[in-house]
Amino acid sequence: MSAPRVGFTRAAIALAARDLRLAVRRAGDTLQPLAFFLVVTTLFPLALDPQLSLLRDIAPAALWVGALLSSLLALDLLFREDAQDGALEQLALSGVPFQGLLLAKTAVHWLLTGLPLVLVAPLAVSTLGAPYGALPGILSALLLGTLALSLLGAIGAGLTMGLKRHGSLVALLVLPLAVPVLIFGARATALAIQGQPLAAPLYLLGAFAVLAATLAPWALAAAVRIGLE
Amino acid sequence: MNELTADNLQLWRGEHHVLRGVCLAVSGGECLQVTGANGAGKTTLLRALCGLTPLEDGQVRWRGGDVALDRLAFHDELSYLGHDNALKADLTAAENLRYTAALCRRVGAVEIAAALERTGVAEAADQLLRQLSAGQRRRVALARVLLKRGALWVLDEPGSNLDAHGQALLRELVAQHLQDGGTAVIATHQGLDLPGTPARCLTLQ
Repeated sequence: MSAPRVGFTRAAIALAARDLRLAVRRAGDTLQPLAFFLVVTTLFPLALDPQLSLLRDIAPAALWVGALLSSLLALDLLFREDAQDGALEQLALSGVPFQGLLLAKTAVHWLLTGLPLVLVAPLAVSTLGAPYGALPGILSALLLGTLALSLLGAIGAGLTMGLKRHGSLVALLVLPLAVPVLIFGARATALAIQGQPLAAPLYLLGAFAVLAATLAPWALAAAVRIGLE
Repeated sequence: MNELTADNLQLWRGEHHVLRGVCLAVSGGECLQVTGANGAGKTTLLRALCGLTPLEDGQVRWRGGDVALDRLAFHDELSYLGHDNALKADLTAAENLRYTAALCRRVGAVEIAAALERTGVAEAADQLLRQLSAGQRRRVALARVLLKRGALWVLDEPGSNLDAHGQALLRELVAQHLQDGGTAVIATHQGLDLPGTPARCLTLQ
């Protein structure tokens, strides 16, 4: 009586389609981390002396601290609700590799919170007085950096999803892992603004993103299974 | 065929010894009803059988094979309904079923409509789940159990929030499943009166 099974790809697409549709229906929640990033980065020029050189000096730090905090804020959207309403249990019992499904879920999460951040970053970059020539470098760094942050953050979100008050705990878990992303991301941004070659920090960011994408699914599945017990 | 057995299941929750050497055997066409007082460990047993909660000791076998050896194949044949319906409030009933059923197998719109019809919530297909009553949501969740077409049903209080008609429907659905040679393990307070099948009962202390 068992019906033909679907492959992993179809299952992952179904899951991604569901998450995307839910995100559209709850656009307010989805856009909150993005709004936070824009507000933080655009408040700096207002609070500081309007000197271009000063703004350019703090631009990398403002961008990356904003991106990091925004990604932490977004983690609440990832597993919390699915853990509470039993949807994660159904995923774990679906007969499809759990690591893959969680990776698909994290990829959609990045698409909804990380990629939009990269897309609105030019606005933040211009308010911070960075030259437009620096944009390609800054955006590539943000692209790789948000990807790594989403993957690392997902592990923390998985570990803390069952807890009632987890806000500060997830930050404590994720921040130490995220520090390399912050350092290399800010360095790449600073080099881009100064018009110098930024291949080295970009490569390191890329390596970090690849490492996270390779190892995160297993850590993620283990963390979520513990949370489901 | 379709036999689920468990030997000497042991599970601790902190200081509390929840499952103390539980043994059970259910074969195709049989329904095992798990009863017991609140907190006796009904849900824990069901979750342990599914593999959601790891066991300290003991073995669960499906068709004679240890489920821990091939979880995916076991889960492929398992229809699980937990306390929570695992349905999204911001999706319609039909959308909910489409996405969850697509995780397991190809399901067409006609089949989804038929499943909703069978569980008596056909009119709710295009309504957002948040607009439905708790009983209607339970019926949508039961439709998902049907759509998965698992040979093994593990249901945790499937009758919660259901009215008298819903309870009768539930008995019908389970009876039909057993007639098709399926196996069922159901945690229940009141006990499910299934005509024509031997009453199998496991009471947890």
